[in-house]
Amino acid sequence: MLTMILKRAGMAIPSLIGVVIVTFLLTRALPGDPAAYFAGPAATPQAIEQVRVKLGLDKSLIAQFGNYVVDLAHGNFGTSLTTGQPVVSELITRLPASAELTLLGLLVSIIIAVPLGILAATKPNSLIDHACRIATTLGVSLPVFFTGLILVYVFYYQLGWAPAPLGRIDVFFDPPPAYTGFYLIDSLIAGQPETFMAALKQLILPALTLGIFSLAPIARMTRASMLAVLSSDFVRTARASGLASYTVIVTYAFRNAMLPVITTLGMVFSFLLGANVLVEKVFAWPGIGSYAVEALLASDFAPVQGFVLTMAVMYVALNLLIDVLYGVIDPRVRLEA
Amino acid sequence: MTVIATTPQREGGLAALIKHSRYIIAENPVTGFAFALFVLIVLAAILGPEIVPYNPLTSDTAQALKPPSAHHWFGTDQLGRDVFSRVVVATRLDFFIAVASVVLVFLMGGLAGVAAGFFGGWTDRIVGRVADTIMAFPLFVLAMGIVAALGNTVQNIVLATAIVNFPLYARIARAEANIRRDAGFVEAARLSGNADWRILAFQILPNVFPLLVVQMSLTMGYAILNAAGLSFIGLGVRPPTPEWGIMVAEGAQFIVSGEWWNAAFPGAALMVAVFCFNLLGDGLRDMIDPRRRT
Repeated sequence: MLTMILKRAGMAIPSLIGVVIVTFLLTRALPGDPAAYFAGPAATPQAIEQVRVKLGLDKSLIAQFGNYVVDLAHGNFGTSLTTGQPVVSELITRLPASAELTLLGLLVSIIIAVPLGILAATKPNSLIDHACRIATTLGVSLPVFFTGLILVYVFYYQLGWAPAPLGRIDVFFDPPPAYTGFYLIDSLIAGQPETFMAALKQLILPALTLGIFSLAPIARMTRASMLAVLSSDFVRTARASGLASYTVIVTYAFRNAMLPVITTLGMVFSFLLGANVLVEKVFAWPGIGSYAVEALLASDFAPVQGFVLTMAVMYVALNLLIDVLYGVIDPRVRLEA
Repeated sequence: MTVIATTPQREGGLAALIKHSRYIIAENPVTGFAFALFVLIVLAAILGPEIVPYNPLTSDTAQALKPPSAHHWFGTDQLGRDVFSRVVVATRLDFFIAVASVVLVFLMGGLAGVAAGFFGGWTDRIVGRVADTIMAFPLFVLAMGIVAALGNTVQNIVLATAIVNFPLYARIARAEANIRRDAGFVEAARLSGNADWRILAFQILPNVFPLLVVQMSLTMGYAILNAAGLSFIGLGVRPPTPEWGIMVAEGAQFIVSGEWWNAAFPGAALMVAVFCFNLLGDGLRDMIDPRRRT
């Protein structure tokens, strides 16, 4: 098992190198003179020259790339022009907000999509199968920012059930003391049930938006792989031996059917991390996505670069995790490694 | 004389096309419905500015934020512009972005993939490495980064959307070219003295082409969503240009005060377009490869 994890981790290294090269090339592709750009619009020629030497832009491209890698290794992602803060510290303070939202969104979507897919597969062409098909088709076609706005209109404006879509917690509440940065967990640790409820209320709509968005691929994959497994020989044998339908589906079929679904999760994460940016904008969520969007609009490139790099590294790590999880569930993968 | 000779031939071609289309639509009514929607979208894209009742850019502050009515079918926005006219006129830009990016990635990914599958070796390794690196990013995030770095223009939105779809096309084209590399008809062409590029262009490409066309219609929906998402966060298209993503973004601020029509109609237009492309793509795939029917 350990060798398999190590082997798989080794395979992630080329991806990481590619990611670093691409984020480096993106800065070099910036229109105009990067030194003038980083010195700001009011800089004198001397100041620009100074910035050029300071940033190492007078050196060759290879040397610049070397500097970039060394900076990254020291956790230096540059400084934001608009806030004057190091990008790394801002990303770290904002990351938990994004992570809490994304993970809860994924959880919501798994809780809905997996049972939906299983039920649709056990009763093909039934009402629930059609419901599953409609849900997956709609889920792929709905722009995620549009779903978010519909939910805000229905649940905030019309029904008044949800709070205003403005950030992680109501202004009348203080954020809980930061242990993990996840408000739900921190408020429980600190023993503040009211804060927990307030944070949960803010989270429900954006998490549901992300959930609806990622529902389609998970439900579709669950249904397809359940259908394949249910028609296989070992399920027929289990049924013929007189096992209860519940035991056959849950114990025998489900575990095998989950393997392709876990593989799909990698693709789901790619969409989810991107959709996160749009959802954060709709709900004024103070995560790294909205940080990058603000920086983008102010033509402040260092935060965008840091954001793209962080997202890509997280995505590579998530794919690694998914592969390891695959090995935990399926012993055959372990044996092959 | 030549006129008489060619005219019946053309009519025959047209009649055959109509007959074939009718057959396809009868085969699968959903595809027929999607095709009708597609025709509607193309018509709106071509005729849009000519047929709308109001100028999409003319503001009329006396009529600002009025709900849908007989005069303004989709209501009016914060500047009193007619939302219906703006939604229809926006079709051209959104459609253009999607088509342009899909055609671009078809050329880039298709050619690179075919070359990788046919030549193998270093070409294959480089194309594979580039595709893997793009796949290491969450796609929308990479598109954001590309537009941010190259500059905030519509052309760069097209380019970014094409780049993030590159791996998909390159992989399909590579796989298809690779299995045909040593096929009998390729060997025959080689033995009769054709150069590599000739074999690529006249033997391999025509075989890979249909699959890539299906892929194009399948990625159209994603391309529109991607472009609208980018303009939703303020990249690419600038106001007051009518474009669905930016219209939803502008309408978003009025959702909390109940003026839903500003964001709802462009959002719905976006949804219908994506829905139509997805159905059409599925239908095309079924036609070309019946085994993959879902």
